[in-house]
Amino acid sequence: MGKTMAEKIISEHVGKEVKAGEIVVAGVDVAFVQDGTGPLMVEQFHKMGFDSVKPKIAILFIDHAAPSPRKELSNAHNVLRGFAQQKNIKLVEIGEGISHQIVAEKYAKPGDLIVGADSHTCTAGALGAFATGMGSTDLALAFGTGKVWLKVPETIRVEVTGNLPDGVCAKDLIIKIIGDIGADGATYKALEFVGDTIENLSMESRLTLSNMAVEAGAKAGLIPTDEKTRAFLREHNREEDYREIAPDHDAIYERIIKIDASSMEPVVSKPHTVDNVAPVSAVEGTRIDQVVIGTCTNGRMEDLRIAANILKKHGKASGVRLIIVPASQKILLDAIHEGLMDIFVQCGATILPPGCGPCVGVHGGVPGDGEKVLSTQNRNFKGRMGNPKAEIYLCSPATAAASAAKGVITDPRKLL
Amino acid sequence: MLKGRVWKFGDNISTDHIAPGRYFHLRSNLPELAKHVLEDAREDFPELVQKGDIIVAGKNFGLGSSREHAPRIIKLAGISCVVAKSFARIFFRNSINVGLPLVELQETDEIDEGDILEIDLRRGTLFNITKGRGYSFEPLPSFVLEILELGGIDEYMKKYGDYRF
Repeated sequence: MGKTMAEKIISEHVGKEVKAGEIVVAGVDVAFVQDGTGPLMVEQFHKMGFDSVKPKIAILFIDHAAPSPRKELSNAHNVLRGFAQQKNIKLVEIGEGISHQIVAEKYAKPGDLIVGADSHTCTAGALGAFATGMGSTDLALAFGTGKVWLKVPETIRVEVTGNLPDGVCAKDLIIKIIGDIGADGATYKALEFVGDTIENLSMESRLTLSNMAVEAGAKAGLIPTDEKTRAFLREHNREEDYREIAPDHDAIYERIIKIDASSMEPVVSKPHTVDNVAPVSAVEGTRIDQVVIGTCTNGRMEDLRIAANILKKHGKASGVRLIIVPASQKILLDAIHEGLMDIFVQCGATILPPGCGPCVGVHGGVPGDGEKVLSTQNRNFKGRMGNPKAEIYLCSPATAAASAAKGVITDPRKLL
Repeated sequence: MLKGRVWKFGDNISTDHIAPGRYFHLRSNLPELAKHVLEDAREDFPELVQKGDIIVAGKNFGLGSSREHAPRIIKLAGISCVVAKSFARIFFRNSINVGLPLVELQETDEIDEGDILEIDLRRGTLFNITKGRGYSFEPLPSFVLEILELGGIDEYMKKYGDYRF
């Protein structure tokens, strides 16, 4: 019987053939935590009496509160630095980038089983890895035993065909999918994104899709590998990590969703849930106080280029605060070399260091009471950015830049 | 057998409602963080919640972040069980791992704030004493019940040294 990508990858890591519904213990290739979940992982690792760190690749990221805005967080960071030193494992320091971007650039291999104490660990699914978010104690178990327990998920196949119209991005596509199936539409399940639209997407856009799989409740968001996956790995000097991984043609799916990309238009998620989706045209003209472009969802070169093209032509409206947060140090450098940062700074944007910044409500752009924020991040829950009295709209980098140019929510197709 | 008074919540209660990001710096001080549990959903909740109380909610409880601090501070605030139409996946795992019992029940609309419930996790029964109405639900797998009874997967691992399922 045919297998989905999730069934194939988990079978390889259990050492026997498994199928959806089975509860299994599987080996882990990459395990990581970040500064919000890492200190509790360290505490639980010690509490359970573990000594050595088992996975081949185990990483501690300081990306959520980086650089630290408070002494309590500085001390939490030092817990991670101490653990890294004691166990001789990799620590990614402030400013180096967001875990999910660094994992995509340097560590995730097609066919890997990856666990991270961060819900957006599913991002690496774009590289054909089974990557899923868990809590600190699960990660302590992964660090201490090299294994995790899983229920092999059923898979929803999302078939997307047709060309995305100009001004419509991968971000619009994933927001639409979440709006269609709901914030719990894929709970306990994996998503598989296939079809000619997906094949035509860049790796950067594919990372945006997989990043938000969890916003439909999914355990993972997988994309079959192809020449674009290989080229991405080559670009990051690790082409040897490439392998082909795809579902069998007779794999069994929980259901199949078909989407015609050519009929799509730019969309937003309105406050306060990601599945509260509307076309940009329905909220056009809404006054905004702050625009954020970047994060692990849309902080890659492709996103920054889209935004810079619009802002170069149209500038930034006065009265709107514009924050740019690249996903990694490599992206920051590339954007500097390409002149994108010149464009952003000259139009009055603030550049934050690579990291989670304003998206997690810790620092770097907390909105005021009653303010409206438009952001390319992945979540708009009440209080998400640090103030429950603010409203957050989610959108593509094109819509964010067009709206920053006009000071109100704006359909980017008008400014192309 | 669990017995407690009900606090009602709606659909899509996120980890940002439960453990708001603005208290990120309190994650290494769970008793302090617990003083803000669910305050963005109901401001008076942290002050008025009593030991043994039960949360009853709609669908997709606990969606969002992987922060295990969320179920930990619900437990620390004294909540003995969360009953909801459905749970977000990571929250579900985390709750089991920290020893916070969960019950999936479709009929939560029939339960009101202040009702007294009696829950038997192993038998899969929930009785609303106030309304005199009983329900049954699919009990959790036995290894999960054992983790809950031991108080969390850390205690389970200390007892067995490895996964035994």
